[in-house]
Amino acid sequence: MSEILQYIFSGITNGGIYAIVAVGFSVVYSTTGVLNLAQGEFVMLGGMVAISLLNVVPLPVAVVAAVAIVTLCGCILEMLFFRHLRSHSILHLIIITIGLSIVIQEVALHVWDEKVRSLPYFTGDECSSIKLAGAAISPQVLWVLGAVAVVVVVLQVFLKYTLVGRAMRACSANPDAAMLAGINIRNMRTFAFAVSAAMGAIAGCVISPISMTQYDMGASLTIKGFAAAIVGGLGNPMAAVAGGLLVGLVEAFSVMSGLPAAYKDAAAFAILVLVLFVRPRGLFGTRDAGSVREC
Amino acid sequence: MHKSRTTLTVISLAAIVVVVQLLTHCAGKEYYLTQMIMAAYYSIVVLGLCLVMGYAGQISLGHAAFFAMGGYTSAILTTTSFSAAAGTGAGRILRGLGVFVERADLYGGQLVTVNPWAAFLMAMLLTAAVAFLIGYPALRLKGHYLAMATLGFGLIVYRIVLGSEFAGSSDGVTGVPEWRICPGLVLGGSTEYRVANYYLAWGVTLLVLVLLLNLVRSRVGRALRSIHDGELAANAMGINTARFKLQAFVFSAVLAAAAGCLLTHYNGGIGPSEAGAMKSIRYVALVAVGGMDNLLGGLVVSTVLTFLSLRGYFGTYDHAVFGVILIAIISLAPEGPLKPVAAWFKGFTVRKGG
Repeated sequence: MSEILQYIFSGITNGGIYAIVAVGFSVVYSTTGVLNLAQGEFVMLGGMVAISLLNVVPLPVAVVAAVAIVTLCGCILEMLFFRHLRSHSILHLIIITIGLSIVIQEVALHVWDEKVRSLPYFTGDECSSIKLAGAAISPQVLWVLGAVAVVVVVLQVFLKYTLVGRAMRACSANPDAAMLAGINIRNMRTFAFAVSAAMGAIAGCVISPISMTQYDMGASLTIKGFAAAIVGGLGNPMAAVAGGLLVGLVEAFSVMSGLPAAYKDAAAFAILVLVLFVRPRGLFGTRDAGSVREC
Repeated sequence: MHKSRTTLTVISLAAIVVVVQLLTHCAGKEYYLTQMIMAAYYSIVVLGLCLVMGYAGQISLGHAAFFAMGGYTSAILTTTSFSAAAGTGAGRILRGLGVFVERADLYGGQLVTVNPWAAFLMAMLLTAAVAFLIGYPALRLKGHYLAMATLGFGLIVYRIVLGSEFAGSSDGVTGVPEWRICPGLVLGGSTEYRVANYYLAWGVTLLVLVLLLNLVRSRVGRALRSIHDGELAANAMGINTARFKLQAFVFSAVLAAAAGCLLTHYNGGIGPSEAGAMKSIRYVALVAVGGMDNLLGGLVVSTVLTFLSLRGYFGTYDHAVFGVILIAIISLAPEGPLKPVAAWFKGFTVRKGG
């Protein structure tokens, strides 16, 4: 019993990170129509920048500064590559975000080399553990889950109750109408990239002590985050969270069921492919998403 | 007119192939041919992907998986010993048909393995079946969804190859035998028949090019183009878009598998990196630089860039080069770099003439 609980905790820890990436996908996709395949790189950058800053400043400052820097990167990315894009066909958007993800990864490789690094545990160390209903979990797991919860709640409040948040939702509902209502769509798009970059960076910092940070970690996070976003239904942040947790749990149970560890990722991707084939609008998605929708 | 243009194109390409061989011979740099042979096989994948992306307008981020599937299937079949199975009744029949062949292994022991011809055929059939099973549901998806479904499929194949004992895990499969195609023509990595292999590789590549050039100018090609320009309209015109898309996808997958199979025999082995996502992305990059719906451009660009990459000219920036290419193409010349140049050239000559 306690063993199962252990797997569940490990599942929702990873799932929480996938959820944040998935929410980032959703925010950018619904506001800009771009599916940013460089989303996972923000997670990697967040961790890496914080680790580097740790040499000069204490941990809390390093984390906050890292999030700020990565947010800035997100803004610059949008302004440089998406604002003036001439062709908006999906094929072209996919190709350019893949290109960005490769270049960010290669830059990271040359800046930080291929060594695996990690931030120190936020509280306690790698040996300290908390007993929770018979399962021993690291305090960092609570940090991850707390961060995921805070990020999701803050985002939801922001989108629902603030002027900027409502303007962003207006952009995703109908860009032309939003423009006529006096909303600066271009700035909203930049803002969406900034928000998703910030969320990615936070995820990158809290997960770093547990699963380490390496220059090439972004790609698989992107795909699992996308799987989570699809499983939930693209364009709906809350559903993306559920999708993320689900993908994390499936992964954890594929390990528990005795499948070779190398197949763990294959299980996550198999869910993606299965959901895409059987129910492309996602488990909680609306009808206009998925295969019916074409831009 | 089109026909004569195709003939002219192929003849000039064949001439270039011969000139390159003579140049390397005269310059004493025949080792360049090795990379030219590999570039030829990789270009076959790019040509096939051109058909899917440029003509049918569908993206596939999983073509490296098909390439690897072809390579791995033939590699495993030609290296695994079937001594036990060959002794049974069915085995004896297969032996009589020539499916099983006896050969000596490195240490002089007797091995019974599958004939490369049979292995090649089985690899093609397997890939076609898998491409059909994946393509049938996937091609109903659009845009991002199709991209991610194919990427997901590619990663599953990569993980399976990497994590499976029968595929040699991270070492891949080695010791793939040479393939005696006909007397005097052996597909293998030994330097004594490097020149013959060079002409074989480029002969196959040009054959594929001719096939595809004719295909895109046929009724099928026009149907695919109409899907690219507007699937709904094509459907309304009575074109069975789903069937044409699936055919193009399966055909390009089989081309990729054939290339994988041939290259595996040439290299004498295959590793899991051939199935990696980065490889798939590279193929997409090469198609994009070639100008999507430009088979000739795709072939030239892919040969040049793959050759440079294989020779190690990009050093540690190998991946980065392809990433930068993708970004630059889409933000500066989404129609491919060859089109603006051609337009500029045309305008230049017209102005001169007028």
